[in-house]
Order: sequence, then structure tokens, then C-alpha cells
Amino acid sequence: MTIHIKNGSIDTDISRRGFVYGAAGLTFAFSLGGLGRTGEALGATQPTKFNAFVSIGADNSIVIICPSAEMGQGVYTSLPLILAEELDADWSKVKTEFAPANPKVYGNYHHLMGGAQITAASISVPGYYMPLRMAGAQARKVLVDAVADKWKVPAAELTTDKSTILHKKSGKRISYGEVVAFATVPAEPPKITEADLKKPSQFKLIGRKDIGRNDVPMKSNGTAQYGIDVQVPGMVYASVLQSPMEGAKPKDVNVPDVMKVKGVTKVIPLPFGVAVIGDTVEATRAGVQALKVTWDTSGAAAASFDSEKAKEAYAAKGKDANAETKVEYQVGDAKAGISGAAKTVEATFWTEHTYHAQMEPMNAVAQVSEDGKSADIWTGTQFGALAGQIISGILKTTPDQIRIHNQFLGGGYGRRIWPDAAIQATILSNITKKPVKLILTREEDIAAARPRPMTHHVLKAGLDAKGNIVGWHHRLVSENVDAVAAPPRFKATGGKDYIGARGLDQAMYAIPNALAEYVREERGMRVHAWRGIGSGYNKFAAEAFLDEVATSAGKDPLALRLELTKDKPRANAVIKAVVEMSDYKRKRPGHALGLAFSDYHDTLSAGVAEVSFDAKTGKIKVHNYWIAVDPGQVIQPDHVIAQTESAVVYGLSAALIEEFAVKAGAVQATNFDSYPVMRMSEVPEIHVKIVTTDNPPSGMGEIGVVTVAPAIANAMFQLTGKRLRHLPMTAERVKKALA
Amino acid sequence: MAAIALTINGKSATVEAEPDTPLLWVVREHLKLTGTKFGCGSGLCGACTVHIDGKAMRSCQLSVSQVAGKKVTTIEGLSPNGTHALQKAWVAEQVPQCGYCQSGQIMQAAALLAVNKKPSRDQIVAHMDGNICRCGTYPRIVRAIQRAAKEA
Repeated sequence: MTIHIKNGSIDTDISRRGFVYGAAGLTFAFSLGGLGRTGEALGATQPTKFNAFVSIGADNSIVIICPSAEMGQGVYTSLPLILAEELDADWSKVKTEFAPANPKVYGNYHHLMGGAQITAASISVPGYYMPLRMAGAQARKVLVDAVADKWKVPAAELTTDKSTILHKKSGKRISYGEVVAFATVPAEPPKITEADLKKPSQFKLIGRKDIGRNDVPMKSNGTAQYGIDVQVPGMVYASVLQSPMEGAKPKDVNVPDVMKVKGVTKVIPLPFGVAVIGDTVEATRAGVQALKVTWDTSGAAAASFDSEKAKEAYAAKGKDANAETKVEYQVGDAKAGISGAAKTVEATFWTEHTYHAQMEPMNAVAQVSEDGKSADIWTGTQFGALAGQIISGILKTTPDQIRIHNQFLGGGYGRRIWPDAAIQATILSNITKKPVKLILTREEDIAAARPRPMTHHVLKAGLDAKGNIVGWHHRLVSENVDAVAAPPRFKATGGKDYIGARGLDQAMYAIPNALAEYVREERGMRVHAWRGIGSGYNKFAAEAFLDEVATSAGKDPLALRLELTKDKPRANAVIKAVVEMSDYKRKRPGHALGLAFSDYHDTLSAGVAEVSFDAKTGKIKVHNYWIAVDPGQVIQPDHVIAQTESAVVYGLSAALIEEFAVKAGAVQATNFDSYPVMRMSEVPEIHVKIVTTDNPPSGMGEIGVVTVAPAIANAMFQLTGKRLRHLPMTAERVKKALA
Repeated sequence: MAAIALTINGKSATVEAEPDTPLLWVVREHLKLTGTKFGCGSGLCGACTVHIDGKAMRSCQLSVSQVAGKKVTTIEGLSPNGTHALQKAWVAEQVPQCGYCQSGQIMQAAALLAVNKKPSRDQIVAHMDGNICRCGTYPRIVRAIQRAAKEA
């Protein structure tokens, strides 16, 4: 089936080759080519191949294909549920299978991705919502038409429920499984338009609180299979001492010493590190322990980067009126607004590098064919199509010759967009001519980090005599994430940093003159998408600064936000909701509350943090976090709550704990002792409220991260009268700031 | 290499391994019991937690020779069909997200309930604090342990 957008409505037509006949039953197949632009921006295209979203067996079993990766965000359940809704399927009979990497068939046509088959940016549900509903409705219509034809009754007299077709007048009923036994596909397949879809009030599955996630039982008994769990016959193990920075190559390696380690069969210096191949994991680990390597950093851009020393240069760029800037957001004339203001406010903010710390270290099993022209890859990846494309380039073959077998992801958060482990395993399999299972150690995983960048922010605002904001200027100084993580898009857009600049805008606030811009630093770090992307640090700076502006204007931070969002009802509503649920105006002795608001990819949220502070230790304690979210149509309410809780914890960890320094280009952390993340004892009570609206669904995977850091900083001002402008707000840093 | 005899999930097993091999790799790669996960290799995250004679231990910090003659239990052996009270509670509370750390979380929690049938919230937090969940399912883990304690 091809979906076209015509005159604002979605039109579909099925091509005959989209159907497969087999003993198992009918397959309703889709090609989503033609909807939106191609995935060129992220460099992810593969030749079109036949594929399918749903098949139904004569035994009533239904298999629905999940085009996204499952990394805890719930798509393994929520995406099939969307299709099952329009199919009127018996949910208890539905099984999920992961789609192969084939963006022409399974690409996400959300406007942010334009057809790339990537799991990122919280847009799986938003991007696949309509196509999956159309797919379900199409399959249902084929079934209904077949029965109408057989029973000689008008299709309009037939209704469906739980994989059964009913004819009320005669009392006849037939299951979908029985239908596929005789159904044939019409030469002219039925067309589906948006008008054929259910109204939200007719939903039977979407919005149900009692439907759990399909992967929860297998993740509670150890049977869920992750990339690291894959074994294939004849495989050898690999560990790779990762280069300390991009571009550093091994110079001197004590190969003979390491070859003496029992079970080690090969030691291979490569441009990305030194690989140790062995018969067992433990042999490769012992081999890496025995390695002594000196590195040639002459080709490494990061070799001279020191994250502390570099701050002076970042700060200078923040102030430099002649610095080359990219404009992210502009309304009115911010500079004139500020220069003509009765009063101006200015502050600078910092955030440090953060590491994804996904619990499953990067790994892959690769099996390159004997002729070296095709490969099977077992791994957990957010972007299998990119892995396929890069690996096909390495093997000098075509992407269709690279079969990516996606597994459950032991955490993604952006880290598993880049398929470095799959690339390294493939190269090693090609050298050894054996299947290779590569498992990075935690230390290697950190050395190979693709962090959220270190950022510097300069904010200025102008106020008129009445305290109204008449000018807003936000300048971000950082490395550009798109330049590293999405080079084709970076090039195509003339150097726009979509990922890094996210959240710089002030589109939800009625500020008449506003300018948000960024200045590029090039330090050679492998900066990457990290849960919440740019919004994580840009909204920290902007929302903390807005509280400073409120104070200068003699306004209450809540009143100011309500005033600025008065023309944005959804934004206004989440702020009001969080105020109500937190009983925001009630004073708590020894504690204080802080508020922040943010949108993220069409989802709205507002958060309130309740904090106390130990001046002796410098430690901030967060007691409660309230958050209200409006993600439009909700597919699985309990799961939206779970995702929000999860993102809040991730945000708390980034706000209070997480950072690594960089010296001579190398990450100065090695494991969870030197890179601590949030543990159970530090987690506050988290209260989530979904503000229900009937807008199209927007993403829920990241929004919860964004408001946490500014809400805590704003609460700390209420408590101490001091501003915290540097993430993370560690005890040491806070003590210094308050001294 | 040596042949090392183990009792794992109630069955005898013999593995060919160096005596200093971490139990984790013996369990995962030699015996293919992959429910136990590798997270940090340094006893810092709890993903590899198993029971040794009923006590929660980090399998990455134990050599296989240390557990010879002892009873090793992994997530696969905690209950016949994933029916341990904690596993049922984990489903009821919809705890896992990425799920990677959850075998370790459940094994850690099971060792607590085995000796303390009605732990307080503070006791739960103190007992579980060595297990990292990067998805931040901590609030649900606490709820699930409380539920299991109540329903067991």
C-alpha cells in the first residue's frame, strides 16, 4: 500500500504485490514510500523491498510488526495497539515482531524524520499513529468485504469486535481466522481515508488503563533477549580497548605479551582501538587488562581539549559581538528591545558533559559471509538502517545485504543511535572470518562515550517601566551535535544544529522581541543526542533565567508564566495543573518550591520541585516532584505515567549528579564510581498528571527530563536567595556558589 | 582450564573454565543463562545479582571456583514459571522499561523478602540502593516489593 497526502487528507491504495498468500493466512503489506520527503537528511535509505505490518493466521493469531526499536519506551506494545484498534483485533491474540531495517517500507514520516527508520526524538507514536491506524482499517475492510461477498449482505450491515465479524440481522458471526481461510484479495483493493477511521470516542483499546506492556512478563523472568544475549554457532569473543578519543590510533602495542594470555587468539590494532579476540569473554577481558598501548593523537581533534581550560574561550564567544552565529528563533527586534529597556537583566549559565550510562554496555554479534559481501548483525539499535548503510559501505556491498536483527535495547536514551559496536564487530568478523561477539566493558563504553555537550549560555532581558519583558536574548555556545551525529543533515541545512539548539526558542511565551542563537565550538568530542537533547540544557538556562527576570520585574514567577502563556491554552493549562497538584502556594517550613515550564516536540509540561538544603554538606534534597503533561491523545495512560517518572529520574540525575570532565581529549570517568547516577535512595516522590486533550499524540519519552533542572534551581533561589547557574548542581559546586 | 562442578538452579553442571573466571560469564556464556546481566564488572550496579546459598551476590565479583559446592540461583531458577510473588508484583506494577537491570533487581529483592517478610520502605530502599536502574523505575520497584510482601 502506498499512502499519499492529497488535499490535506490521507489517501491510500494497495498494490497487488503488497499481499502475500500462504498457508499461514493473509498478509496486509505496506509500502510507505511517497508520504513526505525521503530520509536523506539522516542518510538512511535502503532499496524498497516487500514488507508487511500485519498478518492474520487461520488460528486467529495476529502478528503486528513494530517498526521502532524497544528501549523501554513501550513501542513494542503501543504501536501494535494502534493498529489493533482499527483492525478491531482480539488483543489477546496479537504478537509483536520487530521490523527489519527497511526505511522505504518502515520509515517514520513524522516531519522531524522525513522517512528515516530511526527510533529517536520521542516521535514513534506521533509518526506512526496515522499509518498504523490506516493499516489496521485497511485490513479490517478487506476482511469485512470478503464476508459481505460470501454472505451476500451489504458490508454496512457488518460490524466487528475482537477479531470477529457480526451480522446483527441474521445473528451470524465469523472469526477473522475463519475469514482468511477463504478470503481473496480484490484486484482493486479498498481505499481508506481518514473518514473511515474511528473517532476517539469509539476506541476500545487506545486509552485503556488495564492493558499492560507485552514485554513486561519476559523482562520479569529473564527471557527477554537483548543484543548481549545473542550467541551464534562458531562465534569468537572480542573486547576492544577503545581509543581514548575520536581519531586517536594505537601506536605501540605489546602484542606478544597479550598473546600469552590464555584463550587469547588475536590482538589487532585498529583505527578505533585495539581488539583482543579470544575463545571466551573472560580471555578477552584478561587480554585487554594486559594491554599496554601508546596512542598517536596527531589526527585527533580532541587531543588538546580540556573541558575546564576551554571554559574561558567559551565565555569569550558568549560575549563576542562579532562571533559567527546561527539564528534559531527570532521575533521582533530583541537587540532594540533590550537597548531601549528601562531595566536589563543578564546572567550566564553552564552545563557539563553527560554520559548516557545505558545499563547494557554497547555490544553486537556480527557474522560476515565468506565472500565478505553480506552480513548478519544481531544488536540492539535505535537506527538499524544507519548501521546497515555504514556497514554496507565498509563491506563494499549494498545495504540490502546487511541484515540487522534488532533485539531489545538495554537502554538507549540516544546512545544507540550510533552503531559503533556493530561496525567494530563487523570489521572484526571480516578479519577473523568468524562470527564475532563484541561486548564493551563499562570502562570501554565510557571511553567511547557520545555525550551531551558541555554548554555555555548568555541570557539578557529588557524590562519596561511596568516590568513587562520587551526583549529576550539567549546565546548558546557549544559543539554542534548535528555536525557529529547527523552530518548529512548538518551539511544540507548549512550548519544548523537541530539537536543541540532544541529548546532555544520561546514560541510558547508572548515575548514581543526575542532572539535565540548559537555559536559553534569545535573541540572534537563525539557529542550526541542525549535524552531531551538541546532542551535539557537550553530550557535549564532559559527557565532559570526567566525566574531571575521575574524577580527583577517584581513579579511572581508563576504569575509571569501564566501571563506569558495566556494565548497558549495548552501551555497555560499544564502550568495551572501542576500548581494545583503541588498546592504550589502553600509554604513548607525549611523547604521551598520552584516551577518550570517546557514544550518538547509538541508535548507540553510544567514541573514543580520541592527541595531542602544542607548548607554544611552542600547537598540538595528533592522531596517531591510534581509534573503535568499534555501529550495529546494518550495510547496507554499508565505507560505515559511510567515514561514521565522515568524521564524525571533521568532529569534529576542530570540536574544533581552527572558530569564528566575531559582532559587531553579523554573522558575522566571510568565506571559508576567515578560517574555516579541516581539511585533509589535519592529519588523523590514523583507525581504525574496527564492533562487530557484530543490533540494528535505527541511524544512522551523525553519531556519529563526538561523541567527538572530549572525547577530545582528556582526552588533553591526561593530557599536560599542564591542563583544556581551551573549543572550539575553537585554538593561541591552548590557550596561554592552559596559561599 | 579445569572442569568445575556447580549446582545451579537445583541442577548439577560442569563447566570447563579457568578457576578465576567470574561467575557472571560462566552463567551467561558457558551455561547460556542470559537472564543475569553484565552491567559494570565492578560490583557497582547490581545487574548481575544472583543468589549464592540464598544470599544476593554480585556474580561479576565472584570467581567460579569460589562457588564450587554452593547453591547458585539465577533469575531462571527463582521460580518455575516466573511465578515468584515478586515476579507477579513486577507485572502488576508494570515495573520494567528497558528491563535490563530487572533480573538483578528481582534477585536482590527476593533475598530481602526471604529474611524479612514485611520490610519497611526504608529497609527496602537501603537493601536496594546498590542496584542501578537507569530507566528510573525505582518508585515502581518499591511499590512492587511492597505488593509482593503483602500478597506473599
